[in-house]
Amino acid sequence: MNALSLHRPHRLLPLLLLVLCCVFPSLAEAARISELTDTGMLTRAVRFFTFQDPSLRYALAGSMLLGVCCGLMGAFLVVRKLALMGDALSHAVLPGVALGYLWNLTKDPLAIFIGATLAGLLGAATVQLIRSTTRHREDAALGFVLASFFGVGICLFTMIQNLPGGNKSGLDQMMFGQAAALGRGDVILLACVTFLAVIAVLLFYKEYLLTSFDPGFARSIRLPVPFFHYSLMLLLAFAIVASLQAVGVVLVSAMLVIPASAAYLLTDRFARMLLLSALFGLCTGAIGAFFSFVGRSLPTGPFMVLAAAVVFALALFFGPRYGILPRWWRQRSRSARIQRENTLKAIYHVLEKDDFRREAVTFKELAAHRRETLEEARQQIARVADVELVTVQGDVIAFTPDGWQRACEIVRNHRLWELYLTHAARIAPDHVHEDAEMIEHVLGEDTVRKLERRLNYARRDPHGKLIPGLEDIRQGPLGPAIPPGGPTVPPTA
Amino acid sequence: MTDTPSPPPLEVHDLTVAYHQKPVLYGVDVAVPPGSLVGIIGPNGAGKSTFIKAVMGLLPLSSGWVKLFGEPLSRGGHRVGYVPQRESVDWDFPVSVMDVVLMGRYGRLRLGQRPTRADREIARDCLDKVRMLPFANRQIGNLSGGQQQRVFLARALAQESDLYLMDEPFVGVDAATEAAIIALLRELKERGRTLLVVHHDLTSARDYFDHLMLLNMRLVAFGPTAEVFTPRLLQTTYGGRLSILTDVAQTLGSQP
Repeated sequence: MNALSLHRPHRLLPLLLLVLCCVFPSLAEAARISELTDTGMLTRAVRFFTFQDPSLRYALAGSMLLGVCCGLMGAFLVVRKLALMGDALSHAVLPGVALGYLWNLTKDPLAIFIGATLAGLLGAATVQLIRSTTRHREDAALGFVLASFFGVGICLFTMIQNLPGGNKSGLDQMMFGQAAALGRGDVILLACVTFLAVIAVLLFYKEYLLTSFDPGFARSIRLPVPFFHYSLMLLLAFAIVASLQAVGVVLVSAMLVIPASAAYLLTDRFARMLLLSALFGLCTGAIGAFFSFVGRSLPTGPFMVLAAAVVFALALFFGPRYGILPRWWRQRSRSARIQRENTLKAIYHVLEKDDFRREAVTFKELAAHRRETLEEARQQIARVADVELVTVQGDVIAFTPDGWQRACEIVRNHRLWELYLTHAARIAPDHVHEDAEMIEHVLGEDTVRKLERRLNYARRDPHGKLIPGLEDIRQGPLGPAIPPGGPTVPPTA
Repeated sequence: MTDTPSPPPLEVHDLTVAYHQKPVLYGVDVAVPPGSLVGIIGPNGAGKSTFIKAVMGLLPLSSGWVKLFGEPLSRGGHRVGYVPQRESVDWDFPVSVMDVVLMGRYGRLRLGQRPTRADREIARDCLDKVRMLPFANRQIGNLSGGQQQRVFLARALAQESDLYLMDEPFVGVDAATEAAIIALLRELKERGRTLLVVHHDLTSARDYFDHLMLLNMRLVAFGPTAEVFTPRLLQTTYGGRLSILTDVAQTLGSQP
């Protein structure tokens, strides 16, 4: 875990610069994708990977840049529990987009950018106003702003469609995104916004981290908390607005939330989460652009979001620490281990009943001891024999050296714990068995040493049974290692 | 001690704080002598946390002023260490114990400046003092309540301040940790630091603190524990809460 050592985010700088370097050459002069001649899907895929089309470079560069800046901003939204804020802001910008178009009736990226940013900030201010003047909480305010601003935006869009030439405005692409329609201006805008976001995060990582984690403490050390909050919200608005053309109003919030949420499932360090989130955004942006290009004029947004959702699902199921499958697997192997250990313990008990005069037990004895059927006993033993803790010859089961050691340890843990509970915690001897049944499997060697010391290396448990010590483990095993027929040494010796 | 020429670490005059026009604290006057370990006690809703937050400059004052080391709030802030309530942060936040303790050093760094090796050393020492060094790389959510409280304490220690304000540092802490924390607070006091601690347990308050501040929306009393911890003043502070009073009256009565 420490090998990566991304605690200090300035180590991310080279990586991020590399990403930007990959993206910038594609800003070469290019024709629009729409001017391309029709070709087959496979040919288009080949052309995608050979980067022959300059227009494709715009689409790809734009989508990747958008992934990086949305990923970075989204990470802050997720850890600040503001995921819905991204959604509300992205819908709130719609009227601004329409007004930006109406400004001079062209799709001028700058005019649209300014209009959308203003509308987004107005939306954020409205949320703040509702929160501070009414008893509504943030969720209601966000819901209101999202829907009403979006409604206004739709009305304005319909109006524009009905204007002469309005149906060729290309504004409809703003709804679901069309990376193929990204122009030089759009990509430059995205590059600027991404650059700004990366620089802000690198420069003020420490401040953004603290104001996100513990704003109260941040204010107590005189950090300008509102400045960092609003600068983040402004960068967020920039990221949303710059991404509109590629991913669309409806789904841009997904690009904010999903890569960041996937990253959150994979790491416990914020710097690493930022990096992963940006990386996921970059990849899903590229994938979205690819499908949009190959499938011709398909909307880009949905494909990007689908790709992001796949990444999230992978993190959810296979994430090493919090993933569902690894957790399930750990749980399963733990319970399998506990079962094996219980079987070993049962063999030990059977041998103990006979004062260790024998070295092997039969299935019948074991089944009788555990009150199981013969079949069940065979199954249990097979599992233990699989990992070579016992050997089976015909009807007889004997410990291997490892098996003997593990059995001794489990019995020792059990009895030590019982003794500890009765002595130190003053619990009645007939109440401690159940607890010890669980604890015996999880006691580490350190704890065992401590327990032994605490109990003065006692040899008998509360029920008068012997607690096997290191000596017994060393003297063991009573299994095949000892010549058959010879009398086995009781571990008490 | 109050006659020392140097200004008191904390002086508050006519401090009044209101939430939504509803006053929570009225006209508090206090001058805390340097090197004292002050317990702030009072019933629920008495404004104990509000007092701490107002002094830290986290809440707007309706009237009055706060002086830290003789300077107004806006300038003396960096000399104050703060331990907020444990519930004030999201413990699922992706940061490690070490990250959080390092935040104690941020107040001494310029904007955009990264913690240095020396800062890391100090953070390490502070973690060691609260016996949390083995957990330095853990995510903060994987800690018990007492351990989380000790992380916050280590962060405050890393601030190397002269005045500490602590909001309920003993909540959710087991007895052994509580004893360890109080030993640490006493050690800080021995080294001349001034500490104000919001505390909710009356019975232990007398043993822990050398000064007490009795609050119930206004300042009932402030002074050395021996002078202030009297049935009459406690009665005034806790009003009708007879159950607590009888408890304490009993402990008072059982004293030789």
